[in-house]
Amino acid sequence: MNWLFDFFGNGDNWSGSDGIPMRLLEHIEFSVVALLLAMVIAIPLGLLIGHKRRGAVLVVVTANAARALPTLGLVVLIVLLVGVGTTWPVLIPLVALAIPPILVNTYEGIRGVDEDLRDSAYGMGLRGGQVLMKVLVPVALPLILLGLRIAAIQVVATATVAAYVGLGGLGRYIIDGLATKDFPSTIGGAVLVAVLALVVQLGFSLLQRVLVSPGVSRRAKVR
Amino acid sequence: MGDAEPLVRWDWIGRNWPSIQTLLVDHVIMALVPVLLGLIIALPLGLASVRWRLLYQPTVSLMNVVYSLPSLAVFIVLIPLTGLAERATVIIPLTFYSLAVLIPAVVDGLGSVPDHVSQSAVAMGFGPMRRLLQVDLPIAVPVVLAGLRVATVSSISLVSVGALIGRGGLGYLFIDGWQRQFYTPIVVGIVLVVALAVLADGLLVLAQRLLTPWARARRTA
Repeated sequence: MNWLFDFFGNGDNWSGSDGIPMRLLEHIEFSVVALLLAMVIAIPLGLLIGHKRRGAVLVVVTANAARALPTLGLVVLIVLLVGVGTTWPVLIPLVALAIPPILVNTYEGIRGVDEDLRDSAYGMGLRGGQVLMKVLVPVALPLILLGLRIAAIQVVATATVAAYVGLGGLGRYIIDGLATKDFPSTIGGAVLVAVLALVVQLGFSLLQRVLVSPGVSRRAKVR
Repeated sequence: MGDAEPLVRWDWIGRNWPSIQTLLVDHVIMALVPVLLGLIIALPLGLASVRWRLLYQPTVSLMNVVYSLPSLAVFIVLIPLTGLAERATVIIPLTFYSLAVLIPAVVDGLGSVPDHVSQSAVAMGFGPMRRLLQVDLPIAVPVVLAGLRVATVSSISLVSVGALIGRGGLGYLFIDGWQRQFYTPIVVGIVLVVALAVLADGLLVLAQRLLTPWARARRTA
């Protein structure tokens, strides 16, 4: 506990490029950029294979393999291969790790929509694209958001690990603190990351409440 | 590093095989002990949550919170209690991650027992304990094992993060490779971790086939 006071009580830790606000902003910036990039790739792909019902095996196999990939190893290897020095190569493993949960959940969400619902949408004269956007996506939204939440939390955690290869953000306190045996900084950084992860978790719960149509969520509760 | 540095130097693997083996064993222990502990703890907790429904929501919420904590952060916070570079510092958080997956799996598994089946068991004179062991748990096996697969694979992959606090099994190879700007240990580490995960997953699938022979019988009938 004393260590926490040492870290958060130290005025120097609250200002400058190495201060908590800057590091927090950096962490959020990397995470948001990585998540957005992953979404741009994974959501359309998931919608496509969920709607056309092709390539499912490939997705499931890839996603399972991706879950086994050790983040630290991937981060270290990609950054060594792409080149050390700039920050942006570090984003590649973050994006790579965020894609599978978004892709799989989007696909599973769309695929899992009730057959009758899909048929009645066609029966009402909607076209393929309209069925997807007006019926399938809203019904699949809880699962899609779950995928996004898992990905976001994974990105926040991996961004911490990526501080080891030079990424800024809150991980810096942990990695630098470990290197210099500055335990107040290490523990302080760990607590900040944990709090950030919890805020992300909470944010997605709120998002879910706002975005998911009440009809859909009420039906989910009955199940 | 020269331009011609290959992704894998096979002679390095040969020369360092004994130490790689040591890391592998350490990795397996630190990955599997938490899953085993998790299962042992999750079974009674899951049973309790099924028995007393009120317990379930708070337990699951708590486990959701635990699951969202970054592993590195939890390792670090535990260091003052369990020590730097100790197995326990890695095993304890991973046990909680396993619990976060396994408790809902146990609850859902027991929930998947059809009502008419448990009623038949009662009608046949099964006591609560016998019903649990001979009817409910066997039927819950597929769902519990699905959770066990997720827990095992992520545990195997998460152990390597422990390398940052000096105890990560095969994760040490990532640190080693990074510090020397040398691909081979990193590639070896990634391949071995993924191979371990695939092997463990395969064994669990096999276990499921053995534990639920009726699933196959029904399919062929």
